[in-house]
Amino acid sequence: MHRMQIITGHYGSGKTEYAVNLALSMARPGARISLADLDIVNPYFRSFEQTARLEEAGIQVIVTSCGGVADIPAINPAVLSIFQNKDITGILDIGGDPIGARVLARFAPQLHAEELDLLYVLNANRPETKDVDCALEYMRAIERECKQKVTGIVNNTHLCRETRLEDILKGARLARELSQRTGLPIIHHAAERRFVPQLAGLLSEPIFPMDIYMKKPWEITTCEEE
Amino acid sequence: MEKELWKGNEAIAEAAIRAGCKYFFGYPITPQNEIPEYLSAHLPKIGGCFLQAESEVAAINMVYGAAGCGVRVMTSSSSPGISLKQEGITYMCGAELPAVIINMMRGGPGLGTIQPAQGDYYQATRGGGNGDYRHLVFAPATIQEAADYVQIAFDVAEQYRNPVMVLADGMIGQMMEAIEWREPEKRELPAKPWATTGTKGQREPNVINSLYIDPNLCAVHNERLAAKYKAMEENETRWEEVNTEDCEILFVAYGTPSRIAKAAIQLLEKEGIKAGMLRPITLWPFPGKALKNIAMQDSVKAVVDVELSMGQMIDDVKIALEGCRPVSFIGKAGGVVPTPYEVAAAAKAAIGR
Repeated sequence: MHRMQIITGHYGSGKTEYAVNLALSMARPGARISLADLDIVNPYFRSFEQTARLEEAGIQVIVTSCGGVADIPAINPAVLSIFQNKDITGILDIGGDPIGARVLARFAPQLHAEELDLLYVLNANRPETKDVDCALEYMRAIERECKQKVTGIVNNTHLCRETRLEDILKGARLARELSQRTGLPIIHHAAERRFVPQLAGLLSEPIFPMDIYMKKPWEITTCEEE
Repeated sequence: MEKELWKGNEAIAEAAIRAGCKYFFGYPITPQNEIPEYLSAHLPKIGGCFLQAESEVAAINMVYGAAGCGVRVMTSSSSPGISLKQEGITYMCGAELPAVIINMMRGGPGLGTIQPAQGDYYQATRGGGNGDYRHLVFAPATIQEAADYVQIAFDVAEQYRNPVMVLADGMIGQMMEAIEWREPEKRELPAKPWATTGTKGQREPNVINSLYIDPNLCAVHNERLAAKYKAMEENETRWEEVNTEDCEILFVAYGTPSRIAKAAIQLLEKEGIKAGMLRPITLWPFPGKALKNIAMQDSVKAVVDVELSMGQMIDDVKIALEGCRPVSFIGKAGGVVPTPYEVAAAAKAAIGR
């Protein structure tokens, strides 16, 4: 794993939930971790909403667009600290779709292949990435816009609160097809923690357990009980 | 059919295509941008036309023109953009043109914020344009409902020859939920002999207009429109009742606040307080009779109106209840959403607990 994890994908693939979980999974005393919320497309359900939780875990959060609440494509120059300071482990949560990925292009001179992983988060339940042809087309469009090559696939197939085990397995099949077509590795299968015991032995690639932080306003109460 | 994960705005756009809409005219504004974005990519594939107009005013007048030709057409915007469309909407009601208008509401007044709000209830249900006009207002609370009611809206618009609005707060447009695609119940829809489709030398030209000059003719026109609006009230009023039997507290909420009220109902249940909800699905016509019937139950001690505004629908609640029950209010405006705990606390306060 390189020191910069750049997270891209179709909107709705669950990039932000994955980015927040990835950052929290890496947090440990003394580690310098920065999560940059570089989504300049979508004003709702953003990783900066988890700033308090992340900062409590010792993770620095870098927010764009006037604290993240405006629809203004203004990049916080603090992002450069991730590129320049080799001691920092950086997680870059990029906006959805090729349009969202375009933000990376301006940093092309600062991005070096030997320092980064560009992850393509895949959700087989999203209509525009439901089969290998359209998932690949989406991935190539993202690569063109951000002027970088994807280095790994993350299966994050879900249906929000209605996710079933079959969804994760369906996504795993799609991720494998995409992996065979492109030669790219499947980094892991991201799955809500409740599915981890059921997935044991079913998949040859690693499982990345996820906790759900990005909730809808009415889900606060029900999620606390589970 | 297998469930798919859709974002509210893109589901609305796809629903329009499935309903046979081939034309969209609009102007960008957050938080509804995924609607034009999706249609700009998909309408050309089906031989339709997506056009980003120079302004909201231009867009609604393009909708007027396309609707006059008898085709299925839609526009979408968010609060300040919908304000700009008001003139076009009253003209369309006057000229009796079917079309679908989406308002994905944000915080106001003026430019406000890009976060979810419901401050356009008065504008949508009373009309922000001039004259005695009405149009149906659907208020989806889930992405499934957004997909369903956009399709229904096209049929209802044609049935009554009148624009239909789908009114949602930004949360509905921006969030993702699992949905399945289904077709609305079939309606017998009238032909469109009034449409400007070209005379081919066979008939007198059709004229689409809202100008009457002769006051007597305009009075007759208004009476005919009023009869049409009355038919909509009788046939198209929709609502959902949640847990209303023998409830002590009755919430009234639509859109995102109705989801929050549902969570509050569960919180209250744990404390032994029975709460229910009437959720209007049409805001105009407002389900006032249904509301009064439920509120008149002996068990109901208080009616609690929940809105993402400083209190607008509460007027319709009070009109419907005719003073038979106390009505209290909890709401936030400007883009802040109350929590289920705050809503539950307001309900308890309303019954003195």
